[in-house]
Amino acid sequence: MNLANQLFQNTETDSKVLKDSEVAHVVLNQNKVLSQNTVPGLRVDLKETKDGIRAFLTVREETQIPKTVHLCFGMMPEKGIQRIEMEINLEKNSRLSVLAHCVFPNAVDVHHIMNATINIEENARYSYIEKHIHSPEGGVKVIPKATVHLGPHAQYKTEFDLVKGRVGLIDIDYETHCDTKSVMEMTARINGLAEDDIKVNEAGYLNGEGARGALTSKIAVRDRAKAEIRNKLIASAPYARGHVDCKEIVQDKATATAIPIVEVHHPQAHITHEAAIGSVDDKQLQTLLSRGLSEDEAVELIIQGLLS
Amino acid sequence: MIKKQKKAMNILQTKNLTLSLNGIKILDDLSIDIWEGHVHALVGPNGAGKSTLAFTIMGLQGYRNIQGDVIYQGKSINDADLDERARKGITLAWQEPARFEGLKVKDYLRVSSRDKEKKTLEQVLNQVGLDPENYLNRAVDKTLSGGERKKIELASILAMKPKIALLDEPDSGIDVESLEKIFEAVKILKKEGTTVILITHSEAVLEQAEHAFLICCGALQRKGTVDKINRYFGEKCIPCDHKNRPEETNSGGES
Repeated sequence: MNLANQLFQNTETDSKVLKDSEVAHVVLNQNKVLSQNTVPGLRVDLKETKDGIRAFLTVREETQIPKTVHLCFGMMPEKGIQRIEMEINLEKNSRLSVLAHCVFPNAVDVHHIMNATINIEENARYSYIEKHIHSPEGGVKVIPKATVHLGPHAQYKTEFDLVKGRVGLIDIDYETHCDTKSVMEMTARINGLAEDDIKVNEAGYLNGEGARGALTSKIAVRDRAKAEIRNKLIASAPYARGHVDCKEIVQDKATATAIPIVEVHHPQAHITHEAAIGSVDDKQLQTLLSRGLSEDEAVELIIQGLLS
Repeated sequence: MIKKQKKAMNILQTKNLTLSLNGIKILDDLSIDIWEGHVHALVGPNGAGKSTLAFTIMGLQGYRNIQGDVIYQGKSINDADLDERARKGITLAWQEPARFEGLKVKDYLRVSSRDKEKKTLEQVLNQVGLDPENYLNRAVDKTLSGGERKKIELASILAMKPKIALLDEPDSGIDVESLEKIFEAVKILKKEGTTVILITHSEAVLEQAEHAFLICCGALQRKGTVDKINRYFGEKCIPCDHKNRPEETNSGGES
């Protein structure tokens, strides 16, 4: 089995997609591009650097990429740095859906650093789902940073999921600027254990009339893990609508902090906020106990539900 | 008159059960016998202590500091935790069921189901009048109405096939058309050998039972046939302001 398949085998996706000529993909091991395919309408330029790559993705105007694009950013070695500089442009009326697999199955001391600039032009739609597969040791430091600009009527949806393994350190810093009637949804679901350290810093600027945005964080921390969630949503145009939702389940000696900032700079804009931090809900727990689950099993199921 | 079947044993008893919460006596020296395989009803006005009795039988957190005993199959279960009682076969359907963000109906049903097969999950949903195709993959969260959650809760009890099912206000939030389904589910539970304890102040629910206990101010006022208890409740309890116990406090009514 070649290295690309070895890396991809750790994901939840069948590696057959790497052989499908209609599916665009990139498989990267540290700074080496192991496999690549593109499809009409999608331009992918990759440049290997000393410790990572520079990637430029462009979807041409009026083009809809029919099948989800797979980006596998992985590292098989136990130690090292992977630095990804990415620029994504969705031209007017285009569509792109990306499933990013970040795979570090053997990590003892790995840094995964990403800096992304994303431009989504008028009426374009971009979906970016990022799924992380880490080693059980938690030796990964994930530091993604993204700045996103949405044109009029553009849509952007992103989800960050840790599917397997320990968090290690995650330090997310995303910022999205929304023009007229654009829509953004940013969701992070993370399960922290042992000494894991989770930092989420998401900001949404609803600058255009009728822009809508939702920032959602679902975090569970156990053992001695720490989580600090900063969600900032600012509405400064008429009919801008936003919602911030932060739920954190805290068990054992873990700690969680939520720092929501909501600002409204226009009388016709509206933002709502809800946050719940604490142990698992008593009624949920007792319901599952009354069906015969043990407390540990019940807590696990509640957390899985929250993070699903 | 329905009487205890000759071979039926007391599957559950409470003996001189007293419970105070925040200095207020909620259950007051309450003794009842629950016959195996029967459908019983606990009736009484709001605040009578019906749900508290159910929570105490179940051993919920905050309802364990009791005087007296909860006896299951001849042995005290006072020291058994909630999950242990559930594994012995006692369970409770809440008046207002919990919401579970992200937990799908099929996974929720699998928690209690002895048999994890999809067809079993479909069967129990059908039994409560919910189309499995529309519900198995939905989350047990705020997107479901109160009535839908109530039915799913009952479906999970059907899937569990417990020895004792405490159903707290099984009709609350249920539309009139669906009530028959709920009553059918009670019949299915009985047919499968479950002892059912209905907690209610509804006449329609009370009529599903074979035997009833009237509770007021945490104490047993009467026990007997559904007709008798229903009549007594109508005549004595409804006109009463419930601040005081009904005039007749003969707790040893006929069974």
